[in-house]
Formats: sequence, structure tokens, C-alpha cells
Amino acid sequence: MPLVIALVLLVIGSVVFHFMSPWFLTPIASHWDTVDVTIDITFWVTGVVFVAINLFMAYAVYKFRYNKDRRSLYEPENKKLEWWLTGVTALGVAAMLTPGLFVWADFVTPPEDAMIVEAVGQQWHWSYRFPGKDGVLGIVDNGAVTDDNPFGMNPDDPNGQDDILIASPEVHLPLGVPVKALLRSKDVLHNFTVTQFRVKMDLVPGLVSYQWFTPTVAGRYELLCEELCGIGHHTMRGHVVVEEPAAFEAWLDAQPTYAELLAKAPGDAAAGAPLYAVCTACHGAQGEGNPLLNAPKLAGQGAWYMKRQLEYFKSGVRGSHELDVFGQQMAPMAAVLADETAINNVVAYIQTLPDVPAISTVMGDVEHGEDIYETCAYCHAADGSGIQSLNAPRQAGMSDWYLVTQLKNFKQGIRGQHPDDGYGPQMGLMANILPDDQAINDLVAYINTLEIKDAEASE
Amino acid sequence: MAYVAHDETAYVAPLEVEEEHLYHAKTWLGKYVFCQDAKVIAIQYACTAMGIGLVALVFSLIMRLQLGFPNTFAFIAPEDYYQYVTMHGMIMVIYLLTALFLGGFGNYLIPLMVGARDMVFPYVNMISFWVYFLAVLILVASMFVPGGATGSGWTLYPPQAVTSGTPGSDLGIILMLVSLIVFIIGFTMGGLNYVVTVLQGRTRGMTLMRMPLTIWGIFMATVLALLAFPALLVACIMMLFDKIIGTSFFMPAVISMGEQLPHTGGSPVLFEHLFWFFGHPEVYIVALPAFGIVSDLLSTHARKTIFGYRMMVWAIVVIGGLSFIVWAHHMYVSGMNPYFGFFFATTTLIIAIPTAIKVYNWVLTLWHGNIRLNVPMMFAIGFIFTFINGGLTGLFLGNVTVDLPLSDTYFVVAHFHMVMAVSPVLVVFGAIYHWYPKMTGRMLNDSLGKVHFWITFLGTYAIYYPMHYLGFLGLPRRYYAMGPTEFMPASAQSLNQFITIAALVVGAAQLIFLYNLITSYRNGKESGDNPWESTTLEWQTAETPPGHGNFGKDLPLVYRWAYDYSVPGAPSDFLPQNLPPQGGSAEGIKED
Repeated sequence: MPLVIALVLLVIGSVVFHFMSPWFLTPIASHWDTVDVTIDITFWVTGVVFVAINLFMAYAVYKFRYNKDRRSLYEPENKKLEWWLTGVTALGVAAMLTPGLFVWADFVTPPEDAMIVEAVGQQWHWSYRFPGKDGVLGIVDNGAVTDDNPFGMNPDDPNGQDDILIASPEVHLPLGVPVKALLRSKDVLHNFTVTQFRVKMDLVPGLVSYQWFTPTVAGRYELLCEELCGIGHHTMRGHVVVEEPAAFEAWLDAQPTYAELLAKAPGDAAAGAPLYAVCTACHGAQGEGNPLLNAPKLAGQGAWYMKRQLEYFKSGVRGSHELDVFGQQMAPMAAVLADETAINNVVAYIQTLPDVPAISTVMGDVEHGEDIYETCAYCHAADGSGIQSLNAPRQAGMSDWYLVTQLKNFKQGIRGQHPDDGYGPQMGLMANILPDDQAINDLVAYINTLEIKDAEASE
Repeated sequence: MAYVAHDETAYVAPLEVEEEHLYHAKTWLGKYVFCQDAKVIAIQYACTAMGIGLVALVFSLIMRLQLGFPNTFAFIAPEDYYQYVTMHGMIMVIYLLTALFLGGFGNYLIPLMVGARDMVFPYVNMISFWVYFLAVLILVASMFVPGGATGSGWTLYPPQAVTSGTPGSDLGIILMLVSLIVFIIGFTMGGLNYVVTVLQGRTRGMTLMRMPLTIWGIFMATVLALLAFPALLVACIMMLFDKIIGTSFFMPAVISMGEQLPHTGGSPVLFEHLFWFFGHPEVYIVALPAFGIVSDLLSTHARKTIFGYRMMVWAIVVIGGLSFIVWAHHMYVSGMNPYFGFFFATTTLIIAIPTAIKVYNWVLTLWHGNIRLNVPMMFAIGFIFTFINGGLTGLFLGNVTVDLPLSDTYFVVAHFHMVMAVSPVLVVFGAIYHWYPKMTGRMLNDSLGKVHFWITFLGTYAIYYPMHYLGFLGLPRRYYAMGPTEFMPASAQSLNQFITIAALVVGAAQLIFLYNLITSYRNGKESGDNPWESTTLEWQTAETPPGHGNFGKDLPLVYRWAYDYSVPGAPSDFLPQNLPPQGGSAEGIKED
């Protein structure tokens, strides 16, 4: 008897839960309403079957409970009933499958005039490429990928010259225009999912897959990787901004083409030297840093990283959080640098400064820190030298007190949560694995013991 | 009044060949360790499988702790989490369920239920277990090598599985692949044995269409496994080559940690095809024995013939056949040619028809039955409920369009746990409560069994039913932590906490079961030979537990099918398969 009640309550509970649940499909933002309709049909068919069979079973368990004076009906089979049930089941299956196949036919055939955008996945970042004015994407090859050529472009291919390269996890798309997303991976399997668009597809190294959708609601949507891609899988996020076509065009025009990136002059250290004069007051003439002034060591840090941080400080992505006291000091200093060329030049100058390991100031349990660093090593390298292609800056031999401050900032959302900080949220998620200040100290104490083996790796 | 039972005959074919003599071990080592008796091998398989399964259960609870309470437990770093995910899945699917259903139940039940003295090749059978044991040891060893076990998910997709962004991408993955290869070698020895024993070792009168559905399920599952595991075997070997000697079967030109790898031209999708060509039948390798066993539990405890026996047999065979042409429904969004979606969605939904027929027939077996609601029966009915739920959500994922939003989310996790974890495990429990008396001569404690049932049944439903809705929200699976998101309400995390608590309760409840298993071995009520008044041959043995050779001096002769329950006019409400027609009818007349 309790089993009968339990079965009935479970059926009722499941149905009530379904209708009352605050957790269901997120509001749709693409033209794939048909996917939702197919889900609805499936829900109705399976829901009726679920309720009917289980209630029938509950009734049978109740009605035919044991009675020692009674015998079961001897009925080995009932052909008519069995064929009848088979037929009804086949009908139900057809009712679900048929609309599903029609929608799928739509999914596999993107419109001819769909706008092309390529999404490039790598551990654990997104970047994008538009074909530019000629409408044709240039040839790419994973074998050509380097730190200076992250897209693996072929400089000799004329089609690639006007390709627009978006080296940021955020991409913009026009509202109401069909988009065919070509998907390409540089390393392992990834998956391109914007939950509100309803569709998803894996990125597979060695081939180009695709999906298509027409964004129907303007907004900023999270892009998730949904195919396990290694230890940073859950941090591989991007954003898709859907906006009016005019705004999209304006955004696209501001992005660099491959040819423009190729033509860019490298930073000029000589021109950077006078610019650095401002920095010496806090960071020291040799870029050695000064803990008393809360200025970290700069010498030896990756140029790509310092450029990005200077841009962040200059544009308010960093140093604008009200609790980021030291960041607030840096922001106006970065504003002194007039433009990108100035930033490149000053960074080029810092690259020439001697790289002397900073003095250790943080104490902690090195062994425990070593355990924790196992996770960090995936991106920042086992020797703490950092890996540019993973957007992971150098840790070893840099100011340890600064690492402590920044880890706390990441953990508390003081750093890395600005909407334009594409790479910060990732570190925020990772810093969360440090439960308390002691763990941070232990970790940094371990980093203090690291020695970079290959001097060039840090550049 | 005479009665006419279904499929009854007085004629039994003559003996075709002399019985082989069994080898009787003389040493302790031969009797209990390197034993050739299928029943002992069965228990060895079952204990090893449940032991390593318990480890995998603990792993799942650690995962749930992280998901319910992220940033709370310092001992669960991301690499640990992915290693727990991987080991949990791999152990549960292969080292627990496959080994337990086929190595455990297969070994115990096949010879007894078909009326054989032992497996046809007892020596190979013994080796099979020890090779399996070695595979388990290698698997466990992989957790202790530098870098730890592989964290690439139980699907082991390359390039991720062998590149350095994944935990355990060196020794961990190598040992994992070696362990699988060893497992498959061991399984093949056992599997050939089960198939040959069913085809050639049946006693006289035991026609194929008289076999209990348990045997049909295990038999068909073994056939599937023998055909499916080779695909995994070659995939493992090819990946080992890619890893160790630098071939490029599955490895295209890729970058790892900023460095170019020396591979070129391989196809990760090829691995996915090989994996799922094995992986989908694997679902049925676990499900078909459960289907068979639950049919017998329902029939026995409802005191009623299984409804539509012939349809049930054909459904098992058809499901087995179809399971080989649906594999790519795991790959709708894998980047394979999307046109495959039409074919695989169609075959996948067709497989729902024979599966639905099985469900109808189970429920119709209860209809007009005389249901003894004992512990095995409660688990069997619980199975029907969870299996209906899990089967129906399969129609969401199998329908290629619906799979688009749901693939790779917690909907998938909820679906496959409901259909492939909870459902078969409920059957495993039901089966253990059912056959424990035959294995030990003692009953398991009834009250403890009921507590175990209620917590497990309601608890697992509380875990997995709401989890589907996290999938609808779009919560991706295999995420160490979701962190702040813009599209998910904060309440989703409360639901995650609820699920974690339910999982901890269900996990702890399994200790009740273990306690019951251990204490009942000494203190359980004596069961007698046939406590459930069952028709099948294993309950008609001369002694309980049956000795080596199973049936004493003479093998039983089979005169009827396995489901003569409540035959009208018969003296008792069950007629054992080896009961001759006249004997039964004569007494039947007297009673009337």
C-alpha cells in the first residue's frame, strides 16, 4: 500500500514540479522557435505516457495485492492487445520524430546569404574571424599557429588579407540577420553554445563544422564551451553581443584586418625610454618594483600581458572598482600614455630592463602550495614562466606580495569582473579554488621557490 | 478436471552425448581462489565489482560536494574533480555494471537456470575472472601514478585525453587504456563461455523458447558485448599508438600549451565513432540483463506468467540488433556530417517501440496478478517507474532536434543516470534480495531491505528528476563550477545543493545494504530450497547453496516453460520447469 501511494504521489509530484518549476528553458533569442515547439510536442506525448502507465501500474499493484485465497489470471499472451499497443506506440513515436526531422532539415541547410563568422576555439579561449570585404575567409592552418600568428593565417593568401581578426572572447552579431558560424579548433574538442540560441555544435581540430541561427533579441549572451576540453573547461566562456545592424557595422569597422595587424610596427624601446620616466617613481628605474609604494616588479613580465593591462587601466577596465585602491592609483598613470604606439614603446623599453628575481616577502607552507600549484601549472607553466598562447602571465620571480593582492582581488571580484575584461573571469573562477588567505600565502610561497629554466620562455 | 498448461510436453529428447566429468579441485587454493566453479567465480566477480563500485560511489559523492557547495572543499581542485568524473563513469559502466551483470549474474545463473553442471569451459572461466581482476588493479594503479588518473571523461575523447591540458594525460591515460584492453581480453573469455553454455549446455527439454528471460537477457547482452568490445579494443590500441609511438590515428595537427605537436591528419571523430559503436550497445549490455531479470522477478512475485513471453524474447533480440545502428545519436552535435542525424534519429526512435512493448508487458504481468509485495518485488516495481522516466527522456535526446539544446547539459546526466544507473541498479538490488537465499541458504533481513528500498528509490528520484530541469536551463555538464552566470537564476544553485544532500543520503543508505549482506550471511533466516516458490531450475536443486555440479546425481529434465504460475486447476500456484506433466495433473484432479 505505501508503494501505491508513493507511485501516485511521485506521478502527481512530477507533473506539479514540471508546471511549477522556476527552472525551465531560458527565454529564446534566436529564430529556432521550432526547436521549442518540438520539445513541447515531445513533452505532451511522453508526459501522457508517463502518467498513464505509472498510474495504471499503481492501480494494478493496489487492486491485485496478495490474497492467499486468490489465483492470478493465467494469460501467457494476448496477441490482439500486444499488436494494438505496438501500433499506438509507433504512432506516438512518429508524432515526435516527424516534426523533429523537419526542423533538423532546416538546421543542416543554412541560407545561402547567411553572414559568415568563424569561431575559433582553443584551450580555454574564444576568438573570431570575419571574412572582410571580399566575403571569403583566407586559408588557415593549425601548423602555422604561433604567438604572433594565433589564427594560423597564411600571409601569402590574398583572401586572408582583409579578414577581420577578433582576438577577444567577445564577438558582436547583427540583429535579425542569419548567421552561419563556422567552427574551428586549434587543439582539442570544444563546443559552441549560446543557451538562448538553442543550438550547439562541437569544434573539432582538423575539420570545420557549422551551425546557423538568426538572433532575434538584442542583448549580451554568454557563450559556453560544452565539450570537455581539459582542466579549464568550465572557464572557457565568451560573449555574443547582438545589436542593431548599424551598431554592428560600426563595431566591425573598428576591428583590425589581418593586413593591418601585419603592418603594425613593433614597439620602439628607444622611444619608450622617456615615457618610462614617469613609471620610475614607483616601479623603479630597473622596473624592479617597490612594495612600499605598492608597485609590482615589471621587468621580465610578458610584453603581451603588460600591453593588455595598460590598455585595461587606460580604458577603465582595471582600476575602476571602488575597492581596488592600488588599481585606482595606476589608472591615471596609464592615461598618460597617449595611444597604442606609446604603450607598445614603453613596453618595449621595459623588455630591455634586467630581470632580477624579486625579493621574497610572503611566507607559507611550501608543500601545501605545491599541491595547489598543480592546478595553476596547466596555464602558467610548471616553472611559473607563463604561457602567452593561454593568456597566462609569468608568476615566478615576480613580486610575491602583488600576487597575493591580485589573487584576493580575483577571488572577491574586485578584478576580472568588468564586462570588457575578456580574460579576467577565467582567473576569477580559478582563484575560487583557494579557500582562504592561508592557501594563498602557501601558494605564493611555493611560487617563490620556482626558477625559470628557459630565459626566453618568459618573453 | 485436467488442466492444460502453456508449452507443456511429456516428451524429452534423449541424451545426445555423455556428460563430461567435472574437475574437482583438491586444494584450498583451487576451491576458493583459482576456482573453476561458475558459482564461486560469480561471487568473485560480484565482490570485486561491488568493491570497486563502492569506490566509484564515493567519487560521485565528492563530485556532488563540489557541485552543491563550490569553493568550499579545498581538497577538490579542478584536476581532482575531472579525475573523479572520469573514474566514476568508467568504473560504474564497465568495471561494475558490465562485470556484475555478466560476470556475476551470468556466471551464477546461466548454468543453474539452463540446467548445466557448470560453464562449458570452466578453466577459461576461471582465467576470465583473474584477467578482469588484473584490469581492476591496473585501473586502481592509474590513480597513483605521477599526474594521477586520466581526467578526460569516461569517453576519453582525443586529442584532449592525450594532451597536457588534461589531468593524467601521460601515465594516467596509458594505464586506463591498458586496463580496458585487459578487461576486454578477460571479458571475451567469459563471454564466449556464456554464449556457448546457453547454446550448447542446456539440459534436455530446455528449448530456447523455454529459457527464463533472465537467460535471454544475459545471453543477448553477451552477444552484443562480444561484437561491440572489439571496436573499443582497437580504439584503445590506436590511441595508445598515438600516445606512445606518435602515430596520428586520432590526432590532427594541433597546438598544446603553445607548442605544435608532431601529429597531422588524424580524425578525433573517428575515435568518437569507434567509441560509440561500442558505447551504445554497452547501454544495452547493461540494460538487457536487467530487463531479463526484472521480468523473472515480476512473474515470480506476482505469481503470474510473464505477459507476452514470445514478444519479450523478440523484443530483446530486436533491441540487441537495433542497438548497433543507433550509435551516432551520441554524436548529433559532434561535428560529424549533420546529415547522419536523419538516419540515426529514425533508428533511435524506432528502438523505442520494442522497448515500450517490454514496459507494457511488465505492467500487464502485474495486471490480474496476485502480487506478493516483498523486497525484490518492490525493487522490480521501482525499476519500472524509473525506467519509464529514463526511457521517455531518451525520446527527447534521441530526437535529433530536441538534442540541440539539451546535449551536453545536465538533462543528459539525469537521463542516463535514470535509465542506465538507477534502473539497472534497482534490478541488481532486487536480484540480490531474490537470489541471495540460493547463494547462501539464508534470507536477507526484510525490514532492512525495505528501508534500503525506500531511501534508494525515493532518494534517487529526488536526485535525478529535478536535475533534468537544470539541463533545460542550460547548465552544462562536466563543469567544475558554474560560477556567476547571467542567464541562470540563483535558485539553480539551491537545487544543486538539494541534489547533493539527496545524493549523500542515498550513498549512506547503501551501508544498510552492505550491513544486511554481511550479517545475514550468518544470522539470516534459513531459506530452504525454494523460498519464493519459483518455477525455474535454480530453485529445484537438491541442496542450497548448490554444490559443485549444481544438480546432484541427475540433471533435471525440463517439461515446461519457465512461467507456469497459477495454472488453472494445478495443485499449487507454481509448477517447476522439471515437473513432469502427469505428476502435476494427477494431484490437480485430487484437489479439485
